[in-house]
Amino acid sequence: MANAPDNKLTSSSSELDLDRPNLEDYLPSGSMQEPRGKLRLRDLLDISPTLTEAAGAIVDDSFTRCFKSNPPEPWNWNVYLFPLWCLGVVIRYGILFPTRVLVLTLGWIIFLSSFIPVHFLLKGNDKLRKKLERCLVELICSFFVASWTGVVKYHGPRPSRRPQQVFVANHTSMIDFIVLEQMTAFAVIMQKHPGWVGLLQSTILESVGCIWFNRTEAKDREIVARKLRDHVQGADNNPLLIFPEGTCVNNHYTVMFKKGAFELGCTVCPIAIKYNKIFVDAFWNSKKQSFTMHLLQLMTSWAVVCDVWYLEPQTLKPGETPIEFAERVRDIISLRAGLKKVPWDGYLKYSRPSPKHREQKQQSFADSVLRRLEEK
Amino acid sequence: MGSASSMLTQYDIEEVQEHCNKLFSQQEIVSLYQRFCQLDRNAKGFISADEFLSVPEFAMNPLSQRLLKMVDGLNFKDFVAFLSTFSAKASLQQKIELIFKVYDSDCNGKVTFNNIIEVLKDLTGSFMSDKQREVLPLFPSYSVYHLSQSVMEQFYWAET
Repeated sequence: MANAPDNKLTSSSSELDLDRPNLEDYLPSGSMQEPRGKLRLRDLLDISPTLTEAAGAIVDDSFTRCFKSNPPEPWNWNVYLFPLWCLGVVIRYGILFPTRVLVLTLGWIIFLSSFIPVHFLLKGNDKLRKKLERCLVELICSFFVASWTGVVKYHGPRPSRRPQQVFVANHTSMIDFIVLEQMTAFAVIMQKHPGWVGLLQSTILESVGCIWFNRTEAKDREIVARKLRDHVQGADNNPLLIFPEGTCVNNHYTVMFKKGAFELGCTVCPIAIKYNKIFVDAFWNSKKQSFTMHLLQLMTSWAVVCDVWYLEPQTLKPGETPIEFAERVRDIISLRAGLKKVPWDGYLKYSRPSPKHREQKQQSFADSVLRRLEEK
Repeated sequence: MGSASSMLTQYDIEEVQEHCNKLFSQQEIVSLYQRFCQLDRNAKGFISADEFLSVPEFAMNPLSQRLLKMVDGLNFKDFVAFLSTFSAKASLQQKIELIFKVYDSDCNGKVTFNNIIEVLKDLTGSFMSDKQREVLPLFPSYSVYHLSQSVMEQFYWAET
């Protein structure tokens, strides 16, 4: 049978149809059609499907899309709108920003002048001290939220303080933590940061109970898992908040959840957070901006508007593995917040994919060839 | 267009379009440029191997190292020319040239039996033994595997 030019060698034009803005359905599953029939030499030599996949990945891939912040369309392009926009800039930088800085400074003064005495003077009376510290942390977080003119709508029942439960949420920026913390004083597990953030982490956040981890240390994982388990058992500890994605994603997608939070043997309460991009894009691209710059950007925008949904607590179903449990909870959160799911591990931002993905492809190719060889 | 400025002029787009034999529309070239700038993190004007490998889908591909050799350090014009081979409008000749180059890793203008085995090794990894791989190309159709480019072309047109 003669080969017409548009047989196997031509790539599917869907991957290169760049006029279409969304390649949402392009995901690299091993779902290439299984070739059938006797194995011919040209089937073996025709590497075009693999090459096309690689070229498709170069042109667009679902992983990079998760961390892309789309800059807003400039709308200030004509004689009438441009002065309006300038006025807006003047208001934001000249009026709103100083006011917000003032509010934040006031908040810090109130906070520090209450926190330091409470922390040192009530050393003996632990229960009362912890209660007051919790309230103070919630207070300073409210001040932070006010300093961005944050409008947060909370839906669902407020988290209750019970043992044997963890809270998981999707992650867009470190401000997720502040937004949630102003309602409930969570203990959180975080990457240790340098600079003033690290200072805050080691002093104030210690009081609500925080667990540190280091992404780059592999052995760290077991230590952290143990700390998590210990924390969850303790009746007096604040409810634990975990961001299972492990990295900040741009609030349009969710990457795979790490199973650490789901194998603690306790109830998992999902929280979904969705920011309204009309006012500001709250995605913190830690590779592009420091947290200070990110906060300054928020403080010079009009507002931070978001929705927080406290969803129904979930437990591990019989016969379900922690990974399946994690995926199920990710489904629930993604559905509620209108996010698309992507089958990638967030840590691929920092490291290369493990060889087993490539081995999977190699294995399926080898199996199909050997099988067709049998059919001779 | 040596330095990667973030704006493409109409001249730039037309130049790139000429270079890839008009296989991409101007709109597609603009989109490719956005992608190029996204991958080229420090606006060097080319994408390094490391930056290509930061795309997990690409890094997982069994032939990624071979493609990397061809695509590493290309400026935008050559990047588009490379990708134009994958366009549906590209000629069969162009596609076979690319496949040939992928096989001919020692760049001697010929695809030998060993070249084929090497590519098979990349594609199958540890899931096929050396013995199994060496038996495969010994098919009744061809007994000589010293393929030059035109032979490979004939090969794809031949009856099987």
